[in-house]
Amino acid sequence: MKTNNPEPVIVAFCCHYCAYAAADLAGSGRLQYPPNIRIVRSPCTGRLEVNFFLRALEAGADGVLVAGCEEGSCHFKEGNYLAKGRVNTARQLLKEAGLEPERLRMVNVSAASSQKFAECVREMVETVSELGPSPVKKMMKKNTNQEQTGAMQ
Amino acid sequence: MIVAERKTIPELVEILRPHRNILVLGCGTCVTVCLSGGEREVSIISSALRIASRVQGLDFTIDELTIERQCDNIFIEQAAEAIEKADAVLSTACGAGVQAIAERFPTKPVYAGLNTTFLGILEERGVWTEKCAACGSCVLHKYGGICPVTRCAKRMLNGPCGGSREDRCEVRPDRPCAWQLIYRRLKDIGQLERLMDMEPPKDWNSSLSGGPRVLIREDHRV
Repeated sequence: MKTNNPEPVIVAFCCHYCAYAAADLAGSGRLQYPPNIRIVRSPCTGRLEVNFFLRALEAGADGVLVAGCEEGSCHFKEGNYLAKGRVNTARQLLKEAGLEPERLRMVNVSAASSQKFAECVREMVETVSELGPSPVKKMMKKNTNQEQTGAMQ
Repeated sequence: MIVAERKTIPELVEILRPHRNILVLGCGTCVTVCLSGGEREVSIISSALRIASRVQGLDFTIDELTIERQCDNIFIEQAAEAIEKADAVLSTACGAGVQAIAERFPTKPVYAGLNTTFLGILEERGVWTEKCAACGSCVLHKYGGICPVTRCAKRMLNGPCGGSREDRCEVRPDRPCAWQLIYRRLKDIGQLERLMDMEPPKDWNSSLSGGPRVLIREDHRV
């Protein structure tokens, strides 16, 4: 993760058929939402696996937002339900690992709901800001600094 | 297939705490099918351990590898280099796989990442049920293909027990009564008269109570 990015850094996995379109619509409609999110477009949230969320957090993201279709309106019938289960599994794993599960959240946004998308991003940024920087990232920085100091010595 | 469940991350952290370079070794057979120890689960467990390590300041370095089968020396050889490099191995195979790795690498600490639970099948998506207790002397032919040793909570060979309520087991009301299933199945295949036979007490010598079992096939030995 680049250090010149605004804090916190949130990776948003967005479904191509809904949340990504909503984000696009928010842009076209000049809606403002915090620039903290890095959108990753997915063909369906059902494509997302538990390790996608964990890897993002492991790599230093402060939070992960999963944005899928409204329940009952998945383009592939049940992808968002699969994602819901996987997000819950990943949250349980985060809890076990000692990281706040609130850093991972799933929301359901239809393609026309640009306002809701912007609101979800604001809420996520607010939640993650309250939690503070990810301890995973802090430890990564500490290790990097120690390695650099060691190399200089 | 052999069905297993992941140990919790705090349990794994405690097991691995004395080590630094850890190899999480997956198995591509049964535990891949039951979604507990294959390549994907190795990736998930490794990620969770890395996060736990950083949050708790444990300094783990975790590598990942999955081989086709951990209970077979031919496949274990593919992991030999990675295992030699690691301080310890966290195997996400069944108990047989973990022990096969430990036997092949006598000086390497090898730990089980899963709890091996039973021999079963996928009943529906995300649900596995026990079907075989590996008792060593199969009685399925007498009970229409439904195992009372495994599926009856009381292991009754001359059932039912009388506690069955609306076709459900009185010990596990979320499971069907095995004897109800046996009765229906024998009726459907026209073998209800089998229930007239009294089954003598089971000989458990062929089960684990006689110590670890060995199968020797002279026709395959040289």
